[in-house]
Amino acid sequence: MASSVQAKSLDRKKFFSDPFMVFVIFFLIIFFTLFIVYPLVILLKDGFASSTESFTFSSFAYVFSAYSGFLKAMENSIIIGLAVGVGAAILGLLFAYVDVYVKLKTKFLRILFKIVSFLPVVSPPFVISISLILLFGDTGFITHDLLHIIDAQHAFYGFPGIIMVEIVTFFPVAYLMLKGLLKNIDPSLEEAARDMGAGRWKVFTTVTLPLMLPGIGNAFLVTFVESVADFANPMIIGGSLETMSTCIYNQIMGSNGPDAQYQAAAMSCILLLISMSIFIVQKYALERKTVSTLSGKATRQRMLITDKSVTIPLTIICLLISIFVISLYVLVICCSFWKNLVNYSFTWKHYETIFKDGGMSAFGPTLTMSAIAAPITAIMSMIIAYIIVKKKFHGKGAIEFVSMLAMAVPGTILGVGFIRGYVQGVFHTGFLQQIYNTMWIIIIVFIVRSLPVGVRSGVSALRQIDKSIEESAYDLGGNSFHVFGTVTLPLISDSFFSSLVTSFVRSITAISAVIMLVTPELQLVTCQINEFAGKGDYCTATAYATMLIIIASLAVGIMNLVMKLIGRGTKLKEEA
Amino acid sequence: MNENKKNKNSEVKDKKGVRLEHISKIYVDPKTKKEFYAVKDLSVNIKPGSFVTLLGPSGCGKTTTLRMVAGFESPDEGEIYLGEEKINELPPNKRDTAMVFQSYALLPHYNVYDNVAYGLKIRHIPKDEIHKRVLDILKLVQLDGMEDRMTNQLSGGQQQRVALARALVVKPGVLLFDEPLSNLDAKLRVSMRTEIRRIQQQIGITAIYVTHDQAEAMAISDQIIIMNKGVVAQVGTPKEIYYQPKNEFVADFIGEVNFLDAKVVEKQKDKIITEVYGVKIPVYSGEGKVGDDVRLVIRPESLHLADDGELKGKVVVSTFMGSYQLYHIMVGTTLVKITEYNPKGKKIYNVDDNVALDFDPKDCHIIPKEIVKPEDVKVEEKPVQEKKHHCLFKKNK
Repeated sequence: MASSVQAKSLDRKKFFSDPFMVFVIFFLIIFFTLFIVYPLVILLKDGFASSTESFTFSSFAYVFSAYSGFLKAMENSIIIGLAVGVGAAILGLLFAYVDVYVKLKTKFLRILFKIVSFLPVVSPPFVISISLILLFGDTGFITHDLLHIIDAQHAFYGFPGIIMVEIVTFFPVAYLMLKGLLKNIDPSLEEAARDMGAGRWKVFTTVTLPLMLPGIGNAFLVTFVESVADFANPMIIGGSLETMSTCIYNQIMGSNGPDAQYQAAAMSCILLLISMSIFIVQKYALERKTVSTLSGKATRQRMLITDKSVTIPLTIICLLISIFVISLYVLVICCSFWKNLVNYSFTWKHYETIFKDGGMSAFGPTLTMSAIAAPITAIMSMIIAYIIVKKKFHGKGAIEFVSMLAMAVPGTILGVGFIRGYVQGVFHTGFLQQIYNTMWIIIIVFIVRSLPVGVRSGVSALRQIDKSIEESAYDLGGNSFHVFGTVTLPLISDSFFSSLVTSFVRSITAISAVIMLVTPELQLVTCQINEFAGKGDYCTATAYATMLIIIASLAVGIMNLVMKLIGRGTKLKEEA
Repeated sequence: MNENKKNKNSEVKDKKGVRLEHISKIYVDPKTKKEFYAVKDLSVNIKPGSFVTLLGPSGCGKTTTLRMVAGFESPDEGEIYLGEEKINELPPNKRDTAMVFQSYALLPHYNVYDNVAYGLKIRHIPKDEIHKRVLDILKLVQLDGMEDRMTNQLSGGQQQRVALARALVVKPGVLLFDEPLSNLDAKLRVSMRTEIRRIQQQIGITAIYVTHDQAEAMAISDQIIIMNKGVVAQVGTPKEIYYQPKNEFVADFIGEVNFLDAKVVEKQKDKIITEVYGVKIPVYSGEGKVGDDVRLVIRPESLHLADDGELKGKVVVSTFMGSYQLYHIMVGTTLVKITEYNPKGKKIYNVDDNVALDFDPKDCHIIPKEIVKPEDVKVEEKPVQEKKHHCLFKKNK
């Protein structure tokens, strides 16, 4: 039966008779190679080099010496990551459980949950950090005004601050992941356990929790990686404490001798190694296990828990946490109208500063570049998703892997990779050097950073569509270009719009990957926030942040409106 | 009428035959990782303008064969010709075929008109001609006036007509049907198959039709290709298949059947004399050498009961079924089914009555006796391909 050679060669001929597909795949391979693979490769190459030698271990030797401070930073990152991973997973599980299992008295709590899970999406980095500083910092609301603790700064900056901020920032991710999984548990499993005499707590510990374990592990790893990769929060609230990301940033931005850049590359390699290996474990071991244990579709509506001894305490805990999180955002908005951190009287002063004193020079480029990146990202991610789900060819696995890989690469590393990779052109040849210091390099970083989210949403939308719908269009004479444009894209228009807006919002709130690429002429709003917050001018920083939140919320609002108007596609899916 | 005639004329010169030469398709079983032939060495010549059905149980390779003609699958061996052109290397969109899918596969974001016009638009046909052809074809499938409906506002039967219209309107060389009626209820299925046959006859297009429903195949086809486990079991007209099956599988798959073990005792010019339980029966159909162990095939409706005769038996079951009386008669060690039609006014035999079988030897047919191998009995795993077309959208995970 070795004659499948013919089928393969026929498949190949059919494939190549479709110039559009061939062109697209060719383009994708070039894009991925240049802008995802190459920046990582150059880091590896530079990590093993120095200003004088082309291959040496000296950079790594420096990094691992006590002198560089990187080992300490690594230890800090891992401690913070573990704490944040555990905290976010527990908090996420609590919220997911209450959302899926507990009968809530009012709709109010459900709306609160929605807001809590939606806020981190539209929120610029730093917001929670700044807010917590306003509460617990030097002149903080709670520490200074209420408790009259002097010199609270030293207690709060560093570990407690970072951990608290990151838990609040990342637990909604865990919540959304676990909520999806809990919904997939067949209620009859738990009912069977109840029927055999197990109490609620027993059911939770012997049925629900074991079923969720891979999912919880998954949520832990995802938040761990996010925490390790986080740059913005440790930057603001870390005080003198360094994490791997901030350490790399300081190494490359500071002028520490001719080898600083190479040492930063070596540090990046280590951080990359850590986050990649966790990503691979998470993606290929845990995710698969989660799917295999929870593939059963819930057959019936779940009987929600109405028992007051369960509902009341759980509801109150979640309510308090939600209100706390939401009030952090409210506080930021309030702060932008305060005169300063001591005098809480109302003023437009900070907004005037933004509009008059060149603040617009940051908004203009931010919005322009995000608006250029968003549609490119959306269309690219839909095409990649289409290729991943519907096409068969060699190298498809590689495209899928690389597009997901961008998710695992911490932003800081991507930034360093782009600097090292393009400051003198590709492999120091001057090729593509022109894009360095222009808006194009930032746009490309925006695209690379948002692509995985779009691809993921596109893939799950496409998996819902019956294969024969597209086959019928091919059969009637359409080539890939026709079929994609007239059939596939309209059917996944929801997913297209959501990735359009998501990538826009992600781009305007991006910081870690681009902070090293901005130039004095080309400023970003997030970098301005960083600058003002760094100077201690929190009121101006929050004014910027508030404006970003408003823009992002508007974008999401418009997206929801558009999706409602063209909601035909989703409706159809639900009916079938 | 006039328009229909015109359609027919334009269609006739377009219709093409399909020739499959030694086609094979190999799949890998996802569980055992073993390769197996989904279709093996299949050769068929389908004449232009004929209606041919691929019939067989699930997993016999019929859908795979159809999808190879459409171009969605590539054959591992063999060649496919459409008319005189070898189409192995052509992708589906370059082949002059149009398929009607099991799930209809209508484009859910288009209305009826746009669905039907889709293939024409791709071919860059002028707008007014598109308009005319779409309206003509919708009239032909009796959907005139429904152009503006969205496809989810249509009943199953109507969706099926849209799918048919969409395939017909591009005037393909051959029309392919992949179990198109399996999602309809029983009554609608019967009327739709009559409808499909009428339209095919009217425009004289070549059609290949896949089904596992033998009644559908009988009703609709010029020729039936019965497949089993990837190979052709028999090719023939519905009558040939029914009355002169080549083997047990075909005889058993089509309709109800009785097998009687027999031995060829004598060969004469126009008949073969066989012996069944000591009774000599002359048979005019089928083949066998003297001394061969063979089986007689006889349909339940060809048998009648009598008080006395040569081939004797005992009534085991006697059930009134309305249009017929169903008997199970034990003859020797063989259980024989008999359907006595229009039982009203005929003598009804009861359980344990001693009876004799009465039949016209011309209704008998000889097939070779097969040694039943254990692996023939077990039901084979369905290839993945067959499962995929059941609903418009797959259910959420």
